[in-house]
Amino acid sequence: MAGSWETVIGLETHVQLRTVSKMFCGCSAAFGAPPNTNVCPVCLGLPGALPMANGLALQLAVRAALALGCTVHPRSVLARKHYFYPDLPKGYQISQFEQPLSTEGSLSYLSPDRGIATAAIQRLHVEEDAGKSLHDRFPRQTAIDLNRCGVPLIEIVTGPDFRSPQEARAYLLTLKQVLEYAGVSDCDMEKGSLRVDANVSVRRVGQPELGTKTEVKNINSFAYVEKALSVERDRQIALLEAGGKVEQQTLLYDSKTNAVRPQRAKEESHDYRYFPDPDLPPLVLPEEFIAEQQGLLPELPAKKRERFVEKYALSVTDAAVLTADRAVADYYEAVVHAGSGADAKAAANWVMTEVLADAKDHGDGLRVPAGALANLIGLVRGGTLSHQAAKRVFSEVADHGGEPRNVAEALGLIQVADAGVVTGWVSEVLSEHPTEVARYKSGETKLMPFFIGQVMKVSRGKADPKLAQRVLEEKLAA
Amino acid sequence: MSDPREALASAKATADRLVKAKRFNACLTPVRELRKALVTQAQAAHPSGVLYGMPVAVKDNICTLEFTTTCGSKILEAYRSPYEATAVAKLKAAGALIAGKTNCDEFAMGSSTEHSAYGRTLHPFDKTRVPGGSSGGSAALVAAGAVPAALGSETGGSVRQPASLCGVVGIKPTYGRVSRWGLVAFGSSLDQIGVLGRSVHDAARVLSVISGRDPKDATCEDRDPLRLPNVPESLQGFVIGIPKEYFPADLDPAVRLFKELGAAVREVALPHTAYAVPTYYILAPAEASSNLARYDGARYGTRFDGSADVRALYRTTRGEGFGPEVRRRILLGTYVLSSGYYDAYYRKAQQMRALIAQDFRNAFDRGVDLLFTPTTPSPAFKAGEKLDDPVAMYLSDIFTVTANLAGLPAISIPIGRIKGLPIGGQFIGQAFLDDEMLEAAYALERVVPATEEA
Repeated sequence: MAGSWETVIGLETHVQLRTVSKMFCGCSAAFGAPPNTNVCPVCLGLPGALPMANGLALQLAVRAALALGCTVHPRSVLARKHYFYPDLPKGYQISQFEQPLSTEGSLSYLSPDRGIATAAIQRLHVEEDAGKSLHDRFPRQTAIDLNRCGVPLIEIVTGPDFRSPQEARAYLLTLKQVLEYAGVSDCDMEKGSLRVDANVSVRRVGQPELGTKTEVKNINSFAYVEKALSVERDRQIALLEAGGKVEQQTLLYDSKTNAVRPQRAKEESHDYRYFPDPDLPPLVLPEEFIAEQQGLLPELPAKKRERFVEKYALSVTDAAVLTADRAVADYYEAVVHAGSGADAKAAANWVMTEVLADAKDHGDGLRVPAGALANLIGLVRGGTLSHQAAKRVFSEVADHGGEPRNVAEALGLIQVADAGVVTGWVSEVLSEHPTEVARYKSGETKLMPFFIGQVMKVSRGKADPKLAQRVLEEKLAA
Repeated sequence: MSDPREALASAKATADRLVKAKRFNACLTPVRELRKALVTQAQAAHPSGVLYGMPVAVKDNICTLEFTTTCGSKILEAYRSPYEATAVAKLKAAGALIAGKTNCDEFAMGSSTEHSAYGRTLHPFDKTRVPGGSSGGSAALVAAGAVPAALGSETGGSVRQPASLCGVVGIKPTYGRVSRWGLVAFGSSLDQIGVLGRSVHDAARVLSVISGRDPKDATCEDRDPLRLPNVPESLQGFVIGIPKEYFPADLDPAVRLFKELGAAVREVALPHTAYAVPTYYILAPAEASSNLARYDGARYGTRFDGSADVRALYRTTRGEGFGPEVRRRILLGTYVLSSGYYDAYYRKAQQMRALIAQDFRNAFDRGVDLLFTPTTPSPAFKAGEKLDDPVAMYLSDIFTVTANLAGLPAISIPIGRIKGLPIGGQFIGQAFLDDEMLEAAYALERVVPATEEA
C-alpha cells in the first residue's frame, strides 16, 4: 500500500557550462560536430600533454554556485577520479573530491505536494566530461566519440530532500530556470547539457532512518524524470511489501520499456582512488573575483517574481508566467517602461496572451519590439483602436514590422469617434433588428452588448465602442 | 657557430660520433634515420640561435616530432607524438640539433637503465657496469663524447644519479623552471626535465634555453628563462651547508676545496632525511599509477590481444606491454591510493614531504646558501647486481630524492674517482636560485681534479 510509504530522493545533476572551449584545452565545446574532430593532445590524453583550467568555466561555475546560495571556497582542489573505460582517454576524470569549489547552498521550488519547499545543495563542483561510447552505431562494435571529452561541467548534489518524483521534477525545472537566468548553461537535456542521476529509497511513514538507496542513471529528458523515479519507487515498495530487501546498486532507466535494469557489474567502479591532480595547482579564488561574479549575476527568478507582484501589482500566478523566462521578463519590463509607459496590468495581459502565443507559434523569439507593443497598448487605451483591431495590428507588426499607428491606418482600423458617422451605423443596425429593439424597449437592457457588437460588425471594428453605446442608448431611449 | 656550413659539418660529425657510440646502446634512434634527421635539421636551423648547430640528444620520454617516443616501453613501441615538448621546441628555436632519442628505464622508472624494453645501456668506461638511470642513455652519450649535452628527466634523481656514475654534469632545475609539456608523466609533482652536459657550462647553456614560462603547463612558473651566471673567481661570501645525515665524511676533499675557494662551510641537520626514500616510493608510484592509466591499447600505442572484450584488452595490453618494474610501481601506487589505505599511506607521505621541504627551508633560513652532499652512495654498480632487489636499487637514489620532494634545484658534478670509476657530488640550492647554484658549480668544477681518486 503505497500510502504508508514515504519516498526519499536526492539528485545529482550534471550541467554543461556555456563556454566556447573545453575545460582544460582550447578545443571547441560545441555540440554536434562530426565524431572526433574537436580533439587535441590534451583531451585525447596523449603522452606528455597537460591540462590548463579554462577561466571562463570557473567564472560560470562560481556564478552558478552563487545563484544557488552556495559558499564559494577561496581555495579548492581539482582531483583525479579513476576508472577504466575506452571513452575516458586518461583513465581518470578531472573532478573535485575533498575541498570542492562550493558547498552549502539551497534552492526553493514550488512542490506540488507541499507548496514552497527548499532543497539543500550539499555541494557544487567543477569537472570535465567523458567521451561518448556508441554501442549501436556498428554491429558488434563500440564506436568512441571523444568530442565531448573535456567539456566543462558542474555537478550539483542535493540532500535527500525530495518526497516524491513530482517534487524532484519541480526542483529540476526550477534549477534549470535559475541556471538559464544566471547564463551559465543552456540546460538542454536532449543535447546532454543537463543530466540527472537520482538516489532513491523508501521508508515507512514516520520511520526516522533512511531506507537502502539505489542510484538511477540514464534519465535523458525532463519527461522521464517522474516516470523513472516512480518506476523505481514502485519497484522498491513492491519488493519490501513482498518481504524482500532493497539492494544498494546502480540502475539504468530504459525509456522504451519504462523500466529500470541493474547496471552490469562490469560497468560499475568500486574505488575511484581520488587524489589531488598534481598537474593543476589548487583553484585559488580571490575575494574580489567572487564578488565580481556575484555582481554579474542577474536578478534571479524568485526575486523577480516577488518584485513583479509588488511593483506592478500582478498576481503571483501572472508574475510566475512572466518571469519563467528571463527574456520574457525583460521584454515585459521594457514594454512597461517604453515611451509614455504602458499600463502594467494591460502589458502583462498582452505579453501572457498575444506575445507568448506568437513566440510559441513562430519559435523565433519575441517578434514585436517592446516599444511597438507599448504604443499599441497606448492606442487601445486612448480609444484609437479597439482591442479586436489591436490584435490584428499586433500580428501584422509581428509578420511585417512597422509602427502600430501606421499599420492600423493602412489597414483602416483606426476607430471612428465621429458622432455623425457612428450615428449612421447605429441607425443601420437598429433598422435591421426591429425585434431586438422592441425587446430592449420592453426592458431587456441586457441586449446592449448585442447592439454594440452589431455596430462593430457593421463598422468593421472601426467604431469607437464607447461612443457607439452612448448613441445607442440615446436612440433606444427615444 | 653561425655559418650554415659549420652546422652541417657539426651534424655530420655528430652522426659519426653516434655511430661510434652505438655499442653502448645509449641511443635508440636508428643510425641511418638519425644522420638524415641531423642533416635536415642543420639545413633548417636558424643561424642566429644561441645553440646554433649544437647537437643535443633527448631522453626517449620527451616528445619529439622527428623521432618516435617510446619511453623505453613496449607499450609505446613505434609511437610517434603528433606534437613536441616545449623544451624540444625551444632547443630547435635556438638552433640546436635534436641528436636522437636516448635509452632509459621504462617510463623513467629505474636507476640503471636496465629496465628498458630495448636492452640495457652499457657504462661507457666499463661495459659490465650500468650507467645509472633512468637517464642512463643521455649520461652515457655525453660521457662517451658523442654529444656535448643531452636532455634527461628527473623524478627522484634520474639525471644526477647517472651523471654521477658516468662522470658528467647533471642539473635538475627547480620544479617549475622548465615546462613539462611533452615530458611523458611519471610522477607529475616531482617530474622535471634536466640537462646532462660534459661541463657545467654546456649543461647550463641548454638549461637556460629550455627554461621559462609556458602557457601549456600550469605547474611551470611565470618567470623569464634562467640567466647564465658569470663564472666566479671564488666562493667568497658563500655559506655551504653539509648535511650530517648524508655521510659527510666522504666529502672531506670537497670541503677542503670550498675553504680554499673562500666559502664558509657549516654542518646542518635535515632530520627527516631517513624518511625520504619511503615517502618517495609512496608518492611517485601513486602518481605513476594514475599517469600510466591511459596506456590501455584502446586509442594509441601497442595493442595486445584483439579480443572484443574490453577488459581482456586492458589486461593483456597492460600485462604484456609494461615491464615488471612498471607493473610493480603501478600496483604499489594503486594500493596506496585505494580507499582505506589513502590516509595511512598517501596522506601520511604528503605530510612527510612537507616536513622534508621544511628541513631545507630551516637550513636555508639559518644563513646557508647551498647544501653539498654526495650524489650517489657508490660509483657505477655491476649490471644485474640490483636487478633482483628493488629496494637496493631504490636506495641508490637516497641522496637525490630529497631535492625532488622539496622541488629544489640540484646539480651533480664530477668530484673524483673511486677505483677508476667516476663519482659526483651535488649542490642543492634554494627554490628558483638555480643561478646561484650554477655559480658555485662553476667555481668547484674549475678546481676539482675530477680524474683523481676521491
